[in-house]
Amino acid sequence: MTVTDDRPAAVLGTRMLRREDPALLTGEAKYTNDLALPGALSLALARSPYAHARILSVDLSAALAAPGVVAAYAGADLSSLWAAPMPCAWPVTADMKNPAHYPVAIGKAAYVGDAVAVVLATSESAARDAVELIDVQYEPLPAVVDLEDALSDRVVIHDELGTNKSYTWDLKIEDHEGAIDEAFASAAHVVKERYVQQRLLPMAMEPRAVAAVPQPFGGDITLYSSTQVPHILKIMSAITLGIPEHQVRVTTPAVGGGFGSKLNVYAEELLCLALARKHKVPVRWNEERTENAVATIHGRGQIQHMELAADAAGKITAVRVRILGDMGAYLQLVTPGIPLLGAFLYAGVYDIPLYDFSCTSVFTTLTPTDAYRGAGRPEATYAIERAVDTLARQMGIDPMELRKRNFIKKEQFPYTAMTGLVYDSGNHLAAAEKAAGLADYEGVRARQATQNVPGATTLLGIGQASYFEMCGLAPSRVLASLNYSAGGWEAATVRVLPTNKIQVVTGTAPHGQGHETSWSMIVADKLGVSPDDIDVLHSDTAIAPLGLDTYGSRSLPVGGVAIAMACDKVIDKAKKIAAHQLEANEDDLEFSGGTFTVKGSPGKTMPLAAIAFEAFTAHNLPDGLEPNLEAHVTYDPPNFSWPFGTHICTVEVDTETGQVTVLQYVAVDDCGNQVNPLIVEGQVHGGVIQGLAQALFEEAVYDDDGNLKNASLAEYLVPAASDVPGLTLGFTVTPSPTNQLGVKGIGEAGTIGAAPAVINAVVDALSSLGITNMPMPASPHTVWNAIQHAQNGASK
Amino acid sequence: MIPAAFEYVRAGSAAEAISLIGEHGEEAKFLAGGHSLLPLMKLRLASPSVLVDIGRVGDLSYIRDAGDHIAIGALTRHMDVETSALLQEHVPLLAHAAGHVGDPQVRHRGTMGGTIAHADPASDLPATTLALGATYVATGPNGSREIAAADFYQGFLESALEPDEMLTEIRVPKMNGAGWSFQKFNRRAQDWAIVGVAAWRGAAGSGVALVNMGSTPVLATSVSAALAGGASVSDAAQLAASEAEPQSDLNASTEYRTHLAKVLVRRALEQASA
Ligand SMILES: Cc1cc2nc3c(=O)[nH]c(=O)nc-3n(C[C@H](O)[C@H](O)[C@H](O)COP(=O)(O)OP(=O)(O)OC[C@H]3O[C@@H](n4cnc5c(N)ncnc54)[C@H](O)[C@@H]3O)c2cc1C
Repeated sequence: MTVTDDRPAAVLGTRMLRREDPALLTGEAKYTNDLALPGALSLALARSPYAHARILSVDLSAALAAPGVVAAYAGADLSSLWAAPMPCAWPVTADMKNPAHYPVAIGKAAYVGDAVAVVLATSESAARDAVELIDVQYEPLPAVVDLEDALSDRVVIHDELGTNKSYTWDLKIEDHEGAIDEAFASAAHVVKERYVQQRLLPMAMEPRAVAAVPQPFGGDITLYSSTQVPHILKIMSAITLGIPEHQVRVTTPAVGGGFGSKLNVYAEELLCLALARKHKVPVRWNEERTENAVATIHGRGQIQHMELAADAAGKITAVRVRILGDMGAYLQLVTPGIPLLGAFLYAGVYDIPLYDFSCTSVFTTLTPTDAYRGAGRPEATYAIERAVDTLARQMGIDPMELRKRNFIKKEQFPYTAMTGLVYDSGNHLAAAEKAAGLADYEGVRARQATQNVPGATTLLGIGQASYFEMCGLAPSRVLASLNYSAGGWEAATVRVLPTNKIQVVTGTAPHGQGHETSWSMIVADKLGVSPDDIDVLHSDTAIAPLGLDTYGSRSLPVGGVAIAMACDKVIDKAKKIAAHQLEANEDDLEFSGGTFTVKGSPGKTMPLAAIAFEAFTAHNLPDGLEPNLEAHVTYDPPNFSWPFGTHICTVEVDTETGQVTVLQYVAVDDCGNQVNPLIVEGQVHGGVIQGLAQALFEEAVYDDDGNLKNASLAEYLVPAASDVPGLTLGFTVTPSPTNQLGVKGIGEAGTIGAAPAVINAVVDALSSLGITNMPMPASPHTVWNAIQHAQNGASK
Repeated sequence: MIPAAFEYVRAGSAAEAISLIGEHGEEAKFLAGGHSLLPLMKLRLASPSVLVDIGRVGDLSYIRDAGDHIAIGALTRHMDVETSALLQEHVPLLAHAAGHVGDPQVRHRGTMGGTIAHADPASDLPATTLALGATYVATGPNGSREIAAADFYQGFLESALEPDEMLTEIRVPKMNGAGWSFQKFNRRAQDWAIVGVAAWRGAAGSGVALVNMGSTPVLATSVSAALAGGASVSDAAQLAASEAEPQSDLNASTEYRTHLAKVLVRRALEQASA
């Protein structure tokens, strides 16, 4: 057999370096703000300094007279440009309240940062200087910062709604209701806790940037945006602006991170589009860092009431959850759906028969919340994993042991949960035991016994979190049952060019995840070509017209699988050509290493390269077969994918200062088969640090008037490399049975495991002082306060 | 993040810088490393109309042995202070503290003169030089004068420098083998201290100064007096905040800051006395 390919023995599963990196590291990659756009006008926005205020008047005259200013508009001046208010694609209930939301506020500003006027000028500095000259008269109204205060309707933010409550969404399971009360009434142990998921700023390293370039003739317009969702943005901007969809092209240059914050349709994108059309010149906008802190969506923002019932042996019998969600001032693209993404996961990795979940969400006079890495699932995992630790403490047994008593067992998969969802595969015990081994769990417990003696000022703690994540965010029918307005499929095209080079067109929209590398590895493996011969095209709706973009750890288990399936179709077609040319029966052909061989006749072979050229010339194809070698697949997966794992964190707490030091962090994750372990590890590293940041560092701090007090990177404490521990990673591999690659998502897993593992460790360290709960972030001051409180309580 | 418009002039020497500042008056400011001034300008919290760039005044970048003290030119970068063999030998506390200013990029740009002149109570080197009993040299149109560190800090970002004066030299007494400690309590390595302590203790007595414990760097004279009077380290440390008027902010309440100062002064003195 002649082997013509020079690819490594195996491509899938190798630590191939990311092909994206040289351009990113050398600065060759262009971000939206790097684009040279001759004649572009710069947009700048005047933003409300009040969290809640009536806009009495907007005087633009001084701004209009300033040098370089071409135009200035207040909200009312722009009304005619909008065919519809800004989109919310997730009306979670039929009666959900959704205030009309326009790119520039009219009549009332509802958060600090809400746009109240815009300026177009010939340079960015001229535009920003002119913004300072806009004179807006406000009548300040009381801010609504606290969620329980919001629910009381003491101050109603959107007059037309008459209430601050947006919706109540229940996941009540038939037959469970009476049974739940019964379970709690007869439980040997009951846990009842309240947790706060503080608001977080996503802080992508590249703030947002937008440029809209109209074609002078014909009416087409191209939108460049630092977004995760070019396809969704195209559809939504066409609807919101009333532009025929085929005339809008959305493309993303390099995107410097998103974490969910660029999964949206933003005012500035719509403004650039609308004003570029109106003025017939390119219009661009570049977000400043402190502007990003108030004008880009925030993450989390929930109060969780978590209850567990357990029998005398510690077997958990029921979970009851009540969530109060912070929507912020308006509903952005998927704001109301975020708590629902966690709604199914409050039973975690445990075999719990009874379940009762309800979420009520309210408006506040703060920046809107929306998807942030993990979106709903870290919140859920935090609540169940903190509550399980509390149950263990109440029962006086080791939390690891308690978890083992409750894990869904390996033999139970596929497991149909009481919520009706089917968990595809898992092995929680194996992950937990592997993590315990790596963390020397028993050794730490032994050290703890000698170290945490009365009077000790450095206390040792160890904490665990075992998680299940529901990702992939498909099938479409399940999304429909949640009232989500789009599907969960993904599209792929694989095109073998005449010279046997390959173009892969994907509907995913990478912004740091390395799809070009991973997708090329999948295709290399399937088609037996070198990854270097594969180009991955994405993030331009003119090149990849179909797609649903990148979020929710969906790209590999949906988009990557679609590519593998498209490869199968290519092979099927190639096989027809090979059979025809080799005068063999299709069933007698084998495809391996990029070559078809007739079974039993090793001399009769035809490589893909030859077939590609035959398909192109079309000189000698089987009757009825179309020329060219290309296949398209749109894949709607049959189930979510369910990654899982156990994280274990070991900390020391300095009780004199409250400082928490992470001594060791072990993450054992299972995302099924790994396409590229290097990329998997990178996702886990970033995810864990982001979760650890929620546990120890980050919080959007507001004063009572609704002002964000830490809007810069000097005050909003994103940890740097020097502030976080080295990570010990381990993996188990339990392939997903629902897709041919056996893969599950890994983008959010680290974030999901980290916060509860860290806080469980902190509480564990301090439990000898009588501390049972710890607000996030567990800053030195917060920890010190808790210690003071516990000690004063004890001395009383 | 775009500052208001300003004029820019570059000085080639200290004398030229002083005459340029005199020429442009109150609205002019020196620009040294720019790492305090430019962030304020970008946030539009400062909008000087003229910047006199002294970043290339080469004759003010030096570290010299001057007998009983080390003389440091105002334009010496933090990185040069951190890595100076002369300072590591004679004033190790200062060299060490300089290594805790921000991150390497900040230390390569920020200057000794800039951080002293800026008089930020949260900065590390004003308090460190205060603990060490340093003297600053100010040069104006009518020549130079010496200002003791203890007299220099007058309020939040306010110093004894006249608007037409330039800080030209920092004179730090040699430590002669005294024990020392620098305690910087913060949440991220690159940040300003929530509370910091610079302390030394030796044959000549002791010096303790606090970072971010009021509107100016604070000399904890009660602590030194108690030690001189024979108090134990832990008793003396209880007096840490006697001279301080700590503020409340996002990272720490007044009460917590006061507590931290006591803990950190105790730890610093334990280390300096070891
Ligand atoms: C990200 C970041 C982190 C930082 N972290 C820390 C930290 O942890 N600890 C810390 O101590 N500092 C920190 N700094 C501040 C840093 O040390 C500054 O460089 C220093 O405070 C000012 O020095 P400069 O040369 O940059 O002064 P500039 O910013 O150039 O000037 C500051 C002020 O002093 C005036 N000035 C400058 N030189 C003279 C002179 N010779 N005579 C008279 N007036 C003068 C200027 O007019 C201006 O008003 C940080 C800065 C940044 C940007």
